[in-house]
Amino acid sequence: MPERLHSVKESHVRRFGWIALLKVVLWVLCLSPAGLLAWKATHDELGANPLSEITLSTGHWTLYLLLITLAVSPLRKITGLNWLIRFRRPLGLFAFFYGCLHLMTYLWFDKFFDLHEIVKDVYKRPFITVGMSAWLLMLPLALTSTAGSIRRLGGKRWQTLHRLVYASAIAGVIHFWWLVKRDLTRPERMAAILVVLLGFRIVQRMLALREQRPAAVIQRG
Amino acid sequence: MLIKKPADIPSSEITPKSVYMNRRQFITGATVAAGGALAAAYTVSELTEPSTAAEANTKLSAVKSKYDTDEKQTPYKDITNYNNFYEFSTDKYGPAELARNFRTNPWQVKVGGAVGQKKTYDLDSLMKLATLEDRIYRLRCVEGWSMVIPWVGFPFSNLINQVQPTSKAKYVMFTTLWDPGQFPGQRAQVLDWPYTEGLRMDEAMHPLTLLTFGLYGETLPNQDGAPVRIVVPWKYGFKSIKSIVKIDFVGSEPPTAWNKATPNEYGFYSNVNPNVDHPRWSQATERRIGEFLKRKTLMFNGYGDQVASMYNGMDLKKYY
Repeated sequence: MPERLHSVKESHVRRFGWIALLKVVLWVLCLSPAGLLAWKATHDELGANPLSEITLSTGHWTLYLLLITLAVSPLRKITGLNWLIRFRRPLGLFAFFYGCLHLMTYLWFDKFFDLHEIVKDVYKRPFITVGMSAWLLMLPLALTSTAGSIRRLGGKRWQTLHRLVYASAIAGVIHFWWLVKRDLTRPERMAAILVVLLGFRIVQRMLALREQRPAAVIQRG
Repeated sequence: MLIKKPADIPSSEITPKSVYMNRRQFITGATVAAGGALAAAYTVSELTEPSTAAEANTKLSAVKSKYDTDEKQTPYKDITNYNNFYEFSTDKYGPAELARNFRTNPWQVKVGGAVGQKKTYDLDSLMKLATLEDRIYRLRCVEGWSMVIPWVGFPFSNLINQVQPTSKAKYVMFTTLWDPGQFPGQRAQVLDWPYTEGLRMDEAMHPLTLLTFGLYGETLPNQDGAPVRIVVPWKYGFKSIKSIVKIDFVGSEPPTAWNKATPNEYGFYSNVNPNVDHPRWSQATERRIGEFLKRKTLMFNGYGDQVASMYNGMDLKKYY
């Protein structure tokens, strides 16, 4: 074990430079949609219905980033590039960031913090209910995203908790699907990507189970 | 966050319309007028293509109407860039660009069904049926936004009176042009094309129901339903069918595009009603384009005094 730790550390040192650089790139990329929105908002470039534009855009980016976050592990397994895992946490946190902007736009510009109206909306409208759930499911993940939390919770429990991201992504895509008036192309595409990403995990789990007890499987036919 | 309100641009300031409406014309024109003298370009394009009333952005002469509102009119820029016109695109900003070369000349409207006088109108003859009026109406989209639009048209009843519907005529059915070559949106089955809409006879006869040829004093821009559309201001926007080629007088409730697509969400009547929610969202409030705060949606979009009596005794929750 000590040797392995050592080698990880060594590769860490070797790769530190360009991984740090990639992280900067990632931050710039992930912040650019928000930056562009802010620029457009201050330059009258958001079209006829700016608040609707902000709501839609932040919502889309929440889902895109969630899907990208969920793609990290499969990509790592397929390519064997273990360093990819370092980008999972920031990507997930950026998804949460856009989720917060999205929620805030709704609470502020759509409901003007009218608590009664908000509660009624969440209760009455399935697409709002499911959207709110998607955000709430992300909340504990964002709060426990620090290394300290992993230590406190223990790796196993932390991992179990963080499987909530699957539920959040499913809820998010359903939220999008249900709010679209007619043209389902975009939610359909997102759903397809999500199915592939979650399917990968299911298949992987099944293969792992078979490898664990191949004899038993054969005996049972 | 700082959100600037869109500037209120009078239509007169959006000058180079006839230029941008047709880029090819513009390029030809600009090439000839090599110096870049825009005036020359205008002249050339006017020479190469005879202008008729059917061309987009032609001035229309109209009289003031008693149906008016002093509410602030939505800027021309927003009315002509934020469009739900699925025949072009499901993206609201799509139609403005995709409709640029839409051909509205020649254009014919076939009027038939249970009428004494079946008739096919050229656009010009249709437009001359009655005196054009400037009418400033509120428009409330079923999605929860609204505009104030100065339309140009005349009451649809003028056409009804001309074709003399028989006693069998209980409803009017409108049909939009079907032309996937010009309407890219019709190449996908988003709705059951062509788009159809309908009104009950009394609704169609109502003086507010406007056969519309223009807005802001000019012929309709293509993305707003050129060259002729219906505007029914007390109903959700999708009832106000665009680019009409066929009008039929029929005996029973005609099929309508959105009702066919999602019957539980879009009824035949679709009167603006803050008390009857869309199954997925509230209709109690709306965002007026250009405003930050939301407004309360008015019953019949504020036209209750004129139209409510037509629905006396009707359960508007059932007939949504």
